[in-house]
Amino acid sequence: MTCDEIRLLLHAYLDDELDAAQSAAVLAHLAGCAACTARYEDHARLREALAQPDLYRPAPDALRERWLASQPTAPVTARPRRGPIALALAAGFAGALLLTSPAWIDSLRAPGTADGALVAQAISGHLRSLQPQHLMDVVSSDRHTVKPWFEGRLDFSPQVKDLASQGFPLAGGRLDVVGGRSVAALVYRRHLHVINLFQWPDEVSEPRPRMIRQHGYAAIEWSADGMRYVAVSDLGEGELQEFVRDFREGAALR
Amino acid sequence: MPANPFARPSQEAATSVRFEAEVLPWLDAAYNLARWLVRNDADAQDVVQESLLRALRYFGSFHGGDARVWLLAIVRNTCYTLHARHAPEGRHASLDDEALALPDDCPSPEALTLLAVDVGSLRQALERLPPPLREMIVLRELEECSYKEIATVTGQKIGTVMSRLARARERLRAELSHPTTEAGRHDVR
Ligand SMILES: [Zn+2]
Repeated sequence: MTCDEIRLLLHAYLDDELDAAQSAAVLAHLAGCAACTARYEDHARLREALAQPDLYRPAPDALRERWLASQPTAPVTARPRRGPIALALAAGFAGALLLTSPAWIDSLRAPGTADGALVAQAISGHLRSLQPQHLMDVVSSDRHTVKPWFEGRLDFSPQVKDLASQGFPLAGGRLDVVGGRSVAALVYRRHLHVINLFQWPDEVSEPRPRMIRQHGYAAIEWSADGMRYVAVSDLGEGELQEFVRDFREGAALR
Repeated sequence: MPANPFARPSQEAATSVRFEAEVLPWLDAAYNLARWLVRNDADAQDVVQESLLRALRYFGSFHGGDARVWLLAIVRNTCYTLHARHAPEGRHASLDDEALALPDDCPSPEALTLLAVDVGSLRQALERLPPPLREMIVLRELEECSYKEIATVTGQKIGTVMSRLARARERLRAELSHPTTEAGRHDVR
């Protein structure tokens, strides 16, 4: 792909409007082109800046009252006293989620948050890892080999669990960068698919896993015992959820 | 039709309840779009009030689908029809490629760094964009619409949405990268 093509496509990439193959092509170009990478980073920053809530103009109360007053038949008293946003969430958003997701998982609709940005970086890390020679720095299905490999390379000790009997054999691990810090990336496999499990210490406690979809990939994010986890794969959502459940329930190596 | 005194009011009431449940939740979205397009509070309120009246009038022909996208399309149309006559930016609103072209790259793109991304600068830069580009940013970044939803709201092809959004962002980036040149009103090439 040429820089001119990338100049247009990077926006669609940023907006998660490309499929997995196109996303990979954009990333491959960015990996080798400093000018396009600088442009991409500017636009990513611009996007983040435009997400500032102060830029959003919600309807003034006067407008709401004016509308209701102009509608004599509106059964105002019969309405539950909930704000429109609460109603919108209840009707359109939460309702849809309850139908499609198991109860233990939340979906994140809008990836424009700080967390969404971290997950986006984890997904980029996953895509990079699929390029030749990028997947693993330590290749082993033995967690007693993989876990010690991280010692001295990170300022924390990652959780490494053996999930072979659940159908997710460990393949290895590598160092990666998410949110400007070094993180552990464990690589698990499911048949021919790769699962990247990123983890790093984080005080934030959000034990409820959240499903995020971007660039044709599914990611699940959660935290436990002072660690933040993001699992990314091109597996179907159901299988990725299974992986996360198995990992959370799996015995830790002491 | 038999003269059933209860039929009409109860049907009206049912419509009204359904309208309140399906359309009114998107009042904030409607106002946000209108406010960014007409750029002042009073006009934006008039636009939304008029849009809701139109929406209610056509609500019978709205069968499911995405009520937010449907309402945003009405708001956008109302903005352009109500404000075509006294829109000061009318001449910018023409969609010729010249006005919407991607700004030429600076000689050294590496040296061009995004400087000002505070709310004030962003707001100013966004208000200076021509409406066809401004609405792209508002729908994508503030309303978080997908390209498909933006295409539906604006009646454009997805490819057009993609290229306009790219132009809009390049314009913003260029403006915010040169906060001291004061040249915003005439595009610096
Ligand atoms: Zn390039």
